[in-house]
Amino acid sequence: MSERTAGHGREHGQGHGHGHGHGENHVVGVGLYLAVFIALLVLTGLTVWSARHDFGALNTPVAMGIAVVKATLVILFFMHVKYSSRLVQLIVACAFVWLSIMIVGILHDYYSPRVTPAQVPLPALSRE
Amino acid sequence: MHHFEDLGQQKEASALGMWLFIAQEIMFFGGLFLIYTVYRSLNPHAFAEASAQLAWQLGAINTVVLIGSSLTMAMAVHAAALGRRKAIAGWLVLTIVLGLVFLGVKVKEYADKFEHHLVPGPHFHFEGPQARAAEVFFSLYFAMTGLHALHMIVGIPILAYMAWMGWKGRFSPEYHTPVELTGLYWHFVDIIWIFLFPLLYLLGAHQV
Repeated sequence: MSERTAGHGREHGQGHGHGHGHGENHVVGVGLYLAVFIALLVLTGLTVWSARHDFGALNTPVAMGIAVVKATLVILFFMHVKYSSRLVQLIVACAFVWLSIMIVGILHDYYSPRVTPAQVPLPALSRE
Repeated sequence: MHHFEDLGQQKEASALGMWLFIAQEIMFFGGLFLIYTVYRSLNPHAFAEASAQLAWQLGAINTVVLIGSSLTMAMAVHAAALGRRKAIAGWLVLTIVLGLVFLGVKVKEYADKFEHHLVPGPHFHFEGPQARAAEVFFSLYFAMTGLHALHMIVGIPILAYMAWMGWKGRFSPEYHTPVELTGLYWHFVDIIWIFLFPLLYLLGAHQV
């Protein structure tokens, strides 16, 4: 963590003015990577532990909650999104907004009460 | 370089393009997760029973292996950012080895499913009244883990090429964008597995 050049991520994040970011690298430290790795292992253990207990209706929310935390750790630190430009951060956020539009829209449609059209005779097509 | 203001902008354009690719990958896998959600909500008990047929221990081992490969990948990008030639190649080779271990475990699991007649199709056999729903679960299991494994099979030669390029000293603190983008792809594959593991392997764990 100590190797990270302080404030660089923010500078990067302001969008590129001229002369910014010339070949500079936000070098995230080895210590941080190890900490994320250990956190991911602990959360994997927690996933297995929680699956062996019955929380009733909360089983899936608990499992997905842990998975979301794990994914967030990977995205922010291993994928450097925490230190990326605002534009990249926006695209990452949009990806999940699009995903949630698809999921919410289709599930909403799927679980809405079926509106079946009444038995209306079909209009005759070019019949006498 | 007429297309970019400077190297920083060029790098950002590369990362942006990779993230757009990953965004459509998220939608691609998202469709499968959606199908899974709908079928599981229709057949919750059959899904739990079918899930209990999977060896969750192997799934857990593979989760650890893949998280480990994400760490070695992050270390490879780190080495590239510092321009350490041998470290780049070393970490990437280690990432490949872990990827191959994952695929090896997957082959063992698939072979077991064939042996126990749990592969959807004419030879599928599942005890109980909900065999059809269990077959749907295994269809989704193979579709989702298969597509995930395919992404790893595509990724490993790319990792090997990056290791070769790194070994030959093609990357430096100024230029290592290919390693960074390969890293984004590899971490994305890890994230998919993070969701697949509890959704496929652990549904029946508290019932058994």
